[in-house]
Amino acid sequence: MAYFDANATEPLRPAARAAVLAAMEAAGNPSSVHAAGRAARRVLEESRARLAACFGAAPAGVVFTSGGTEANALALHGLGIGRRILIGATEHDAVRAAAPGAEMVAVDTTGVADLPALARQLAAGPPALVCLMLANNETGVLHPIADAAALCRAHGARLHVDAVQAAGRLAIDLPALGADSIAVSGHKLGGPMGAGALLLAGDPALPPLMRGGGQERGRRGGTPALPAIAGLAAAAEAAVADLPDQLRIAALRDRIEAAATVAGAMALGAAAPRLANTTCLALPGVRADTQVIALDLAGFQVSAGAACSSGKVAASHVLAAMGLGALAGCAVRVSLPWNATAEDADRLDAAYLEMAGRLLRRAA
Amino acid sequence: MRILVAMSGGVDSSVVAGLMAEAGHDVIGVTLQLYDHGAAVGRKGACCAGQDIYDAGSVADRLGIPHYVIDAEARFRAAVMQDFADSYAAGQTPVPCVRCNQSVKFGDLIALASDLGAEAMATGHYVRRVDGAQGAELHRAVDEARDQSWFLFATTQQQLGRSLFPLGGMPNKDAVRVEAARLGLPVARKPDSQDICFVPSGSYAEVVAKFRPDAVQPGEIVDEAGTVIGTHEGVARYTVGQAKRLGAAAQHEGTRRVVVGLDAARRRVVVGAPTAGSPVVKLREVNWLVTPAAFDCHVKLRARDTLRPARVVPTAEGAEVHLAVPALAAPGQACVFYQGDRVLGGGFICAA
Repeated sequence: MAYFDANATEPLRPAARAAVLAAMEAAGNPSSVHAAGRAARRVLEESRARLAACFGAAPAGVVFTSGGTEANALALHGLGIGRRILIGATEHDAVRAAAPGAEMVAVDTTGVADLPALARQLAAGPPALVCLMLANNETGVLHPIADAAALCRAHGARLHVDAVQAAGRLAIDLPALGADSIAVSGHKLGGPMGAGALLLAGDPALPPLMRGGGQERGRRGGTPALPAIAGLAAAAEAAVADLPDQLRIAALRDRIEAAATVAGAMALGAAAPRLANTTCLALPGVRADTQVIALDLAGFQVSAGAACSSGKVAASHVLAAMGLGALAGCAVRVSLPWNATAEDADRLDAAYLEMAGRLLRRAA
Repeated sequence: MRILVAMSGGVDSSVVAGLMAEAGHDVIGVTLQLYDHGAAVGRKGACCAGQDIYDAGSVADRLGIPHYVIDAEARFRAAVMQDFADSYAAGQTPVPCVRCNQSVKFGDLIALASDLGAEAMATGHYVRRVDGAQGAELHRAVDEARDQSWFLFATTQQQLGRSLFPLGGMPNKDAVRVEAARLGLPVARKPDSQDICFVPSGSYAEVVAKFRPDAVQPGEIVDEAGTVIGTHEGVARYTVGQAKRLGAAAQHEGTRRVVVGLDAARRRVVVGAPTAGSPVVKLREVNWLVTPAAFDCHVKLRARDTLRPARVVPTAEGAEVHLAVPALAAPGQACVFYQGDRVLGGGFICAA
């Protein structure tokens, strides 16, 4: 079994596991006034400071959430009040579903946001909240966020960045990025599922999605998931410390991509700047779900498109937005985890070659 | 051997998966998502997958076999639902289950089985595959009440050779449920599915209307001389041989009248005295499971028909069936040839 679906979830990092277990031993609720409560609050606030430091943010700007979906929804809800919403055409469903009436920002054939088009959209209407992802979950393609941020500032628009896939795989400095907020998710950077965060630049008003007991300075009600949050902070620190290793991951990814290309695949979005760990490989004429199943049966875990909760592989809106309609149903995503090995990559190459040869012959 | 099991989430195919896994085969469970369940039941925001898909997943998990959901929506819409609506719009009475078996199930799923290195596909259909001297033969199920051979007449010889029907020899449904319980399957007591899967409300006219609004437009009811004697609510709502929805036109001077024809082009429902039908039935898209030749056999003109003695004669267009006793044959339905328990082939009934 070899795992190449890191963009779905990263394997747990040892430092995160240790932090989760330690936090689970703490008995208190961070909102309680007594000693146990203070101990729990110390874990919470230390996690907040550590997470903030990973992204150059202020601890006071960190709002812990249940994960990336909630962090994105909170930003769109809280920062978008009274503004029109513009989102990238390749955004994740966490964003798309939270902004059903949003205007789309087009991408080019490599998947990069069309900034001149964005400028025209911003000039054409009232103040906006723009939402763009730093790195795409299916292709790994990066948007030029700093440029987009400058554009937004010039037009009085806010910019929220879905950094769920980029966090822990790229160096991110919130002030340098110029965004108003970023969303991160614990399990996408080697932490446990169940915690994420919205990191705010400055101190904007942020009405909560759930008011509850007024936790997180009134910005997110509900008792914080302390073990998951401690794991998130520890994982983020480990991932950021481990960033130089992304060069090794990139080399493995490039090898897989080269081997797949020889086997007849096209690497989609490869002409654009990308995450080091992601490649989107299309085999023309071969259904993506057949490829995913064939590789799974051979012991290799990859994915395609956005999986529905039923497990069905749906057609990719990301590839469709890139104008790759016909290939959209034929692409699988290989995303290397932080602990990928050269041996696993070699075995994947062999399995992919065998599968592509067999299925392309049949499709011909 | 590696076997792909087509799992619907119902008791029958779940038991098939269980029996195949128990026999030591390398079983891959696959469930087709044929249509948007949320849209079909008119629940906005509901998941595209219905309870059946989740049930299939639970059964596979219980059996410890891999399970995959395949998006067959576009294919099903084009090959089954559109054909269903077009047939009604043409004044015919389609059999969508046959189209589904022909396209997504025995076409696409067997191709998927090949792609995945599986030697066979097993389904929960109540039919038997008997391996004879000339290859795989299709036979009726032991349980006459559950027999589905009529719905599988269009399975080609090649598809048959790659298919397994482990339930064909089951004495009855209770025996299948006993097996389900023995295997510990969570669907052992699940009720049988009813009607056409993509028409959960039972109102097929609504589905037809979505694809072919013309088929539910009002028109004239005429007698066989062409005299207008009433109006109707769309040719898709009428079936040859029936008096349903005719209103006053169902009676004429004290005699009963039924639909004797559907003139889709002129949007007319033609009524007349009930007849014994025709002695000759013409068929199109005939699937032969024997070398095409004239032969005496029995035929069924509907899913739950009795066996009728007949002579089948191949023609350039398909086949002609000469019935020993004239019968009503609804265009669009299937006529299936039987010799004893064996299915020799069949075709779709042409408009007279």
